[in-house]
Amino acid sequence: MQSLFSRISPDSRPSVIASGFIVVILLVGTVYTLMTQGTAPLLSPNYMLQQLQTGAFLGIVAAGMMMVILLGHIDLSIPWTLTAAAMMATTVGGDLAIPTAIGVGVAVGLANGIGVAYLRIPSMIFTLGIDSVLRGLMVAHTGGFAPPDQATPLMRFLAADKVLGIPVAIFVWALVSVVIAFILKRTSFGRSVYATGNREAAAYLSGINTRWVIIGAFVISGVCAALAGVLLAGYSAKAYQGMGNAFLLPSIAAVVLGGTRILGGQGSYTGTIIGVVLIVLLNSVLSIMQMPEAGRQVIYGSVIVGMLLVYGRGQKVVS
Amino acid sequence: MSDFTRALAANVRQNRGFFGALILLSVLYITYNFMHPRGFSTAVLVQNANEVVAIAFVAMAQTLPVLLGGLDLSVGAVMTLAACIASELVHGSPAQIMLGMVITLMSGAAFGLMNGLIIVYGRLQPIIATLATGAIAMGLALFIRPNPGGNVDSDLNWAMTNSLWDFVDTYKLFDPDAGWFQPLAWIPVPFIFLFGIAAATWIPFRRSVTGRTVYAIGSSEGAAFMSGLPLNRAKIAAFTLGGFFAACGGLYLAIQTSSGNADITQAGTYTLNSIAAVVLGGTSLMGGVGSAIGSLVGALILRVISFYFRIVSIDPLLQPLVEGIVLLAAVSLGAIRTLRVKNRLDLFR
Repeated sequence: MQSLFSRISPDSRPSVIASGFIVVILLVGTVYTLMTQGTAPLLSPNYMLQQLQTGAFLGIVAAGMMMVILLGHIDLSIPWTLTAAAMMATTVGGDLAIPTAIGVGVAVGLANGIGVAYLRIPSMIFTLGIDSVLRGLMVAHTGGFAPPDQATPLMRFLAADKVLGIPVAIFVWALVSVVIAFILKRTSFGRSVYATGNREAAAYLSGINTRWVIIGAFVISGVCAALAGVLLAGYSAKAYQGMGNAFLLPSIAAVVLGGTRILGGQGSYTGTIIGVVLIVLLNSVLSIMQMPEAGRQVIYGSVIVGMLLVYGRGQKVVS
Repeated sequence: MSDFTRALAANVRQNRGFFGALILLSVLYITYNFMHPRGFSTAVLVQNANEVVAIAFVAMAQTLPVLLGGLDLSVGAVMTLAACIASELVHGSPAQIMLGMVITLMSGAAFGLMNGLIIVYGRLQPIIATLATGAIAMGLALFIRPNPGGNVDSDLNWAMTNSLWDFVDTYKLFDPDAGWFQPLAWIPVPFIFLFGIAAATWIPFRRSVTGRTVYAIGSSEGAAFMSGLPLNRAKIAAFTLGGFFAACGGLYLAIQTSSGNADITQAGTYTLNSIAAVVLGGTSLMGGVGSAIGSLVGALILRVISFYFRIVSIDPLLQPLVEGIVLLAAVSLGAIRTLRVKNRLDLFR
């Protein structure tokens, strides 16, 4: 057992442990449903697909968040980027709905990137400021209510329809995943993200335009949040206030549980997918068990701490 | 120049952010009072004082992890947890009330201690560890108080949220109209609570070896380690004190509203505002520079800005936008640093 564990490379250890934990969650949930109802809905393909469909929204947000965390930064403007994109998309409507939303994502990403890369303001606080400005803009735009406009048919198709029995949202998530994984593994931009996250000064001295790398990562994060907003608005047929609030902390948790270092420079995209699946399954098993919100929060927090204690521990300070 | 003025000048130079924040606060608040129809009155001051206490304590709680170079995403949740505990315990006989307040503050400190132990001995990054423990604190708060409500002693509510005159009057300590008492009678009790606790805990802490070590860790953890400073003790103490400050905010919020409410959104708002207040108060997010008193001032600035919306006729729908722009502009002042940097490598710290 020990030798098996040590044969796994340290980089993929978080993914392996998180996958193991997914199996544990499924087992516990299945034993529970077998004992109470005598069925095992968790293991049915339909249920799985339904969970992955809701997981797709979180997965797309987490994909963008990962790019920023790999740089050692963080994007706290996700909630209102997502909401603003969804609201602008439903307001504009028609064929331009989705391009408008993506445009919002790019614009927010550019603003975040310029603030962090050129003004050198810590991302934690700058993206927080952008978030509250976006919130202000949207409150002024909608009057503080859910806008009456409906999502376009295309948005609904992407979020809620099925092709070959598989929800389209999963295909969108898969497409985003392929693009992000390709960028990280196969492009010089992706390698620059890792280099900049490890040590920005060294990356700069070796000729990487670290400012553009930072801006690029924030734009990707903004676009991913916007895309998730488009899907979520399509899923619930309209945009509403605060629709993005439930995505910020789980997306950070998913990225970190997937083994990405919160200080940047290290992490694999596979891990992030596993982290998203873990969080989605944990939530759904807790709701099957009809766990009250209080117990959910405690278990949710304990699981994150517990898993990080297993593989997320930092180095001891020695000099 | 005398020694005193020279020392003062040096102090101002070293704490530019703090003194800038102090001046900004004074200008904002004095202007506010001039514009307010009932400005410079005890009523306005008491009302404002009540609204700043909770966020000021949460901002002070956030300062300690930030000085270490980390961030505590659980401060709002710990404050909410403390408020829920207080809404259960702070009523009955005077002894019960005192015991309830002590238990509230101790539970906040205990939660901070747990954060510190996880971060030090689990060797986790503060931001991610507190993200998780924040969820645990919220869960406990919901467990204690599934629905908003509670029972807080009404005398205490009245005495703590008014001027010193009312405090003395409520508890019949002595004749509140006594001549010698008049110069003090206008002081709002919330300010005494806030500044009293701040002075009684922060100043001794900052001067202790443990407090100095917190600053040293924020500047350079490796150097602090090599100098033989008690790193673990300082980190644990910092998070414990942070939990205590957050619990003070929660206790006050419960007394002020006579209830507890385990509201996840509200907890998140407090946490995020606390980060903004810390930055406005001149504390560096890189660690090692700043003070809890600065964050207190930063929190006051944030609140005073929102007071303006009551007297300036501005479309209520535009208020969040103005607040956001002010916040963004305030933090962007930090960019001035980049203009002074001569070597671009100094930017990448």
